Amino acid sequence: MEQAPPDPERRLQPAPLEPLGHPDAGLEAVVGEEVEAARDEGSGDGTMTENNFWLKKIEISVSEAEKRTGRNAMNMQETYTAYLIETRSVEHIDGQSVLTDSLWRRYSEFELLRNYLLVYYPHVVVPPLPEKRAEFVWHKLSADNMDPDFVERRRIGLENFLLRVASHPILCRDKIFYLFLTQEGNWKETVNETGFQLKADSRLKALNATFRVKNPDKRFTELKHYSDELQSVISHLLRVRARVADRLYGVYKVHGNYGRVFSEWSAIEKEMGDGLQSAGHHMDVYASSIDDILEDEEHYADQLKEYLFYAEALRAVCRKHELMQYDLEMAAQDLASKKQQCEELATGTVRTFSLKGMTTKLFGQETPEQREARIKVLEEQINEGEQQLKSKNLEGREFVKNAWADIERFKEQKNRDLKEALISYAVMQISMCKKGIQVWTNAKECFSKM
Amino acid sequence: MDGERRASQALSSGLPEGGAGGESPGDGGPVPGSSGSSALLQAEVLDLDEDEDDLEVFSKDASLMDMNSFSPMMPTSPLSMINQVKFEDEPDLKDLFITVDEPESHVTTVETFITYRIITKTSRGEFDSSEFEVRRRYQDFLWLKGKLEDAHPTLIIPPLPEKFIVKGMVERFNDDFIETRRKALQKFLNRIADHPTLTFNEDFKVFLTAQTWELSSHKKQGPGLLSRMGQTVRAVAWSMRGVKSRPEEFMEMNNFIEMFSQKINLIDKISQRIYKEEREYFDEMKEYGPVHILWSATEEDLVDTLKSVASCVDKCCKATEKRMSGLSEALLPVVHEYVLYSEILMLTEEIGKLEDKVECANNALKADWERWKQNMQNDIKSAFTDMAEENIHYYEQCLATWESFLTSQTDLPLEEASEDKP
Repeated sequence: MEQAPPDPERRLQPAPLEPLGHPDAGLEAVVGEEVEAARDEGSGDGTMTENNFWLKKIEISVSEAEKRTGRNAMNMQETYTAYLIETRSVEHIDGQSVLTDSLWRRYSEFELLRNYLLVYYPHVVVPPLPEKRAEFVWHKLSADNMDPDFVERRRIGLENFLLRVASHPILCRDKIFYLFLTQEGNWKETVNETGFQLKADSRLKALNATFRVKNPDKRFTELKHYSDELQSVISHLLRVRARVADRLYGVYKVHGNYGRVFSEWSAIEKEMGDGLQSAGHHMDVYASSIDDILEDEEHYADQLKEYLFYAEALRAVCRKHELMQYDLEMAAQDLASKKQQCEELATGTVRTFSLKGMTTKLFGQETPEQREARIKVLEEQINEGEQQLKSKNLEGREFVKNAWADIERFKEQKNRDLKEALISYAVMQISMCKKGIQVWTNAKECFSKM
Repeated sequence: MDGERRASQALSSGLPEGGAGGESPGDGGPVPGSSGSSALLQAEVLDLDEDEDDLEVFSKDASLMDMNSFSPMMPTSPLSMINQVKFEDEPDLKDLFITVDEPESHVTTVETFITYRIITKTSRGEFDSSEFEVRRRYQDFLWLKGKLEDAHPTLIIPPLPEKFIVKGMVERFNDDFIETRRKALQKFLNRIADHPTLTFNEDFKVFLTAQTWELSSHKKQGPGLLSRMGQTVRAVAWSMRGVKSRPEEFMEMNNFIEMFSQKINLIDKISQRIYKEEREYFDEMKEYGPVHILWSATEEDLVDTLKSVASCVDKCCKATEKRMSGLSEALLPVVHEYVLYSEILMLTEEIGKLEDKVECANNALKADWERWKQNMQNDIKSAFTDMAEENIHYYEQCLATWESFLTSQTDLPLEEASEDKP
């Protein structure tokens, strides 16, 4: 942000903290640690109480979605959906909540926020956004972004995202996040002013590092492998689930045809008429019950999708580590070569190839003064290099420590959430079975009365 | 009334001997002796009590009677029809048990065909033995059906399964087709056995008992000309639905048949479609369990949960398979048979008016019609009740599976319900 040091390699300072409820706080930079101390919630080690801090004090909800039209950057008319974010602070005594902030944001602004968080907190597994486009759809489910069901599920996903960020011990303190919730106008400009886009690591650089790094921390290598597998297996599961859902839909809906035929038949059948008629009704009930069942299942799918996207967030942290490690290795290598050069100049032996060496050979030796000058420059560079290496090393270790702490936190969260999701799936199946038993018992009774 | 009852039996089996061209009841059948039947009538009258289920009517003694005789003097009575129907539902009085199994392929230079083993167990006197085993091919069934139609043109002869494969499969004899046909052939024979009149048909007996060469020579007998007459009579009988004596009943019948045919065809389509959808659902479900196993390989802490889920999914998969097979055993064959029945019933031809004969023929027909209708209602009711039962069972099984999973998961000490989870 404002305090960006000239050296782009230096670790970025987290954005200043802003305690909630201080509208006049302005953009004054406040160092993280100081404000941490001001809280009585303890230090930033991700304890439960800290996680609860925000949720006890405030409630965040994405309560509405609205279709809007406007002009985009190219001055073309576009339709988009805006989401209403409401923040409430919970009064201590009576537990009642008071609306403190309310504003509208569109999906692209959420993306902007997330990208900012990715750049400024590379050691954090940043919560993912709900999918941009509907994927893993089964045939009756709309893939249209403007479809009301999709919009509804996205609303829930966005709320989930905000709650995840708000409950994260580090991310919840971010100023930009706070402003996202409280400052409707001008927020985009504020984010862009941080210049975070410039600080983002280039993809090329990251890719390069991935291939060339020699000694990454083994844990990160394993983590990367794990996240690949997680992504692959959840994708597979979601695909199969979508197909199963499709087929289940077919089975239920065809039974609806029985309803129609029975009803028509009952008109001409004297003895069986009543039984047929009521049995037909139950077939209709059966056929239409699938819609709610699959809607519930879609929420389950969304829970899994969140972790599908979390896999990418994990990989981002691994990439950052590789980049830093590669950087370190390059710096060390550079230092070593400079040291060697220096030594050669000092002792007069030429072991390494250098252009200067060549020209010296061709055009004659340089003067001692020239040599001295060069040695001096090199020594300075070596000094600087050693400093840099030290700090890079430190940074690297800090990063690994912090990242791993967050990864542990993430792992626990993931295990809890996935287990809960699987249990909720079972609950859904149970409900579906009970409905089925009831409908068919009723139908059976009607049939036997025919 | 008793006399009527007896006579109605005779009627339902009979054919118009007189005006329709002197057709004989059936090749090799007992010679119709009207005097014989009236003598029996007198004997039985004393034993029967109208209020009882006069099951004795259809005891062994009754079989001595010539069921193929026809006496135009005896009017029908609806009550007797009902009693007939009641008897058929009594399994312990059934004295003819037929099974069709063991399809076998035969290859000759000229053709390939399938024969089925027919086993008949009976306690009837007119059969030489109590157990018979023969082999028959589809052609033989066709022959039998033709003979029955000739002999009893006013009766509803059960349908045979389709001659050709409807849906255009490449292989002429694939397993599903053969199995479906086998079941239908068995049903066909048992329908005949259960029919109060048809069961005593002589050709039927030959079909069940004669060796292959015997059947061949038996087939060669018999007037082919008369079969056409039989059809004519049938057509006439059906066409004379508007006959002045009882117009309303026959109009009703006609309407019913049309509607029924339409409905049963729809139900057949729907039921086949349901089977298809369930099959496709099953195919997809087969993959669903294994995916969870795959996942469990990468998750240390969720291994048990994931494996449990996989096992539940697999169990539900098996339950689905059972449900499918229940559908194909109970519902589909029954519905399809009635589709074929409805095709038979739909035939209409306008041929002259032969009033007196037709009058009686219509009576016989109507009796058989009532019987058929009653059977149909029972069968349809049964089939759908079974289907409902299958579905209930399916859902109960799945419920038990998932409930036990839930118990196993929530018994374990759950980590604190995360308050920070959104």
